[in-house]
Amino acid sequence: MSAGKTISEKILSAKSATDARAGDLVVAAVDAVLGTDASGPMAIDYFRQMGGEELFDPARVIFALDHYAPAPTAASAVLLDITRDFCRRTGALIYEVGEGIGHQLIVEKGHARPGGLVVGADSHAVTYGALNAFATGIGSSDLAAAMISGRIWLRVPESIRVSFSGALMPGVQAKDIALHLCGRLGADGAAYKALEFDGPGAAALDLEERLVVANMAVEMGAKNGIFATDAETEGYLAGRADGPFDGVVADADAVYVGELALALGALVPQVARPHLVDNVVDITETLGQPVDMVYLGTCTGGRAGDFRQARDVLKAGGGPASGVRLVVTPASASVERELTEDGTFADLQAMGAILQMPGCGSCCGTCGVGLGDGERVISTANRNFKGRMGNPKAAIFLASPLTCAASAVAGRIADPRQVSS
Amino acid sequence: MTPTVLSGRARRLGDDVDTDTIIQSRRKRETLDPAELRHYLLETHDPGFAASVQHGDILVAGRNFGCGSAMEVAATVVLGAGIRAVVAESFSRTYFRNAINNGLLPVTCDTGGILEGAELEIVLDDPVRVRMLATGEERLAEPLPPIMLAILEAGGLVPYFRRHGDFQLPA
Repeated sequence: MSAGKTISEKILSAKSATDARAGDLVVAAVDAVLGTDASGPMAIDYFRQMGGEELFDPARVIFALDHYAPAPTAASAVLLDITRDFCRRTGALIYEVGEGIGHQLIVEKGHARPGGLVVGADSHAVTYGALNAFATGIGSSDLAAAMISGRIWLRVPESIRVSFSGALMPGVQAKDIALHLCGRLGADGAAYKALEFDGPGAAALDLEERLVVANMAVEMGAKNGIFATDAETEGYLAGRADGPFDGVVADADAVYVGELALALGALVPQVARPHLVDNVVDITETLGQPVDMVYLGTCTGGRAGDFRQARDVLKAGGGPASGVRLVVTPASASVERELTEDGTFADLQAMGAILQMPGCGSCCGTCGVGLGDGERVISTANRNFKGRMGNPKAAIFLASPLTCAASAVAGRIADPRQVSS
Repeated sequence: MTPTVLSGRARRLGDDVDTDTIIQSRRKRETLDPAELRHYLLETHDPGFAASVQHGDILVAGRNFGCGSAMEVAATVVLGAGIRAVVAESFSRTYFRNAINNGLLPVTCDTGGILEGAELEIVLDDPVRVRMLATGEERLAEPLPPIMLAILEAGGLVPYFRRHGDFQLPA
């Protein structure tokens, strides 16, 4: 009797019609593929060089114009047009400038479903693992091959089981879980492997929280990060999923290459210091560092709940400290609409926040508000590499929305547990 | 048959060289042409690096080379600079795939003790060997999965796909 399977082994078995085990190479059928305005033009070029004419299924080839939103230069506007033109001619689905970050759109519009396989030419495609999909980042050439064939080759990853118990204390958020795991595993601690998030603490996380944890799996080098499916997943996808789905759970006797346990109740706010994502400390070790900018947004920290919670802390604290620039970038137009309608953005703007168009720009330095030499930002993003936001002479700290908001109020890195909201 | 040998000078880098360090995201919004982008190769690591690269140089790094973004220009810019191989203790998986798909040779082996400027030979044998000319010491590389060997031998994913029209797992 052979051992049971992990979630990743089960999905890749189904998608390759084989009995796939960790270490096997499979050619698997994809349910959807994502390109962006950053990775798309190269993929389109490879597609043509490969002799590609038609897409395997235009409805499942999705492009999001999110990195040059809005286009900061004439040359980048041309890149947008290359992608638009390709989508017009092939029938690929396109999300225009301003509609949002591709990863958020894949989730919001129901393109990623439990048990599915989605690949995206952007490393944060791992985000959809929150929805029990096997989701991983690829380059433009693999995207081109998948656009033609509807297939990708993958090595079935070994899985590390990450078991969460208990519940987060007030002032501690899903982002703190993700940062803590980065610090504990290191930037390559899960390289080539799957992270399978498990345990009663994982089941208790809501979908937006799961998205944050899955999103940062790649910062530990993971191929994918995945949650089991449950009523929370199904509730989120009700009226959203673009097709039927069958959720996947691991077998009780599945084989894991590593086990990691985290008691959520013991976790305190975490901060990643410049210039590495795994340079993580408890907030108490980095309190008081002055900040020039506070950035709320990205595919990690740009969803509705993030802004509402940040707003509450900012309001309670009387707004950002003098001289601190507060920049707010919703992950999508629907997040923007929701927060415009409920007054959250009016509140933030009344406190001096700069509101940007939904997109990736500031996070990776491709467009939008940037940093000056020697400036420091604390951000809800997922990466703090030198130059990541466009200026190698700036320093990026990563933290939760609550920690960022508390830091905006103080003008220096501050503990959200000390601020009553 | 005598195996092919890549000879070149080691250009020494450390651990966790991320793709934004290899090529800044903001550079690729102006052009995707590796012949242009090569002028910005590793600019935040060392602004003089690109100008110092000689054709045939070999990047030598520690752990987790190419972590971060999946952007493929981080592989093509290296080729554009005339570098045909990267030797590292480990690679991020997206960088490893992108390298293979473009015909940039990623070699995984112990790189401890390989210093800046060391003369190296990469012997494309089975397994691949990295030879340090000064001492004659050789390091054995981890083998590539068969499908990656097939893609690399075809010259990259474009010629591979033109030939096969799909992915084929070698028997």
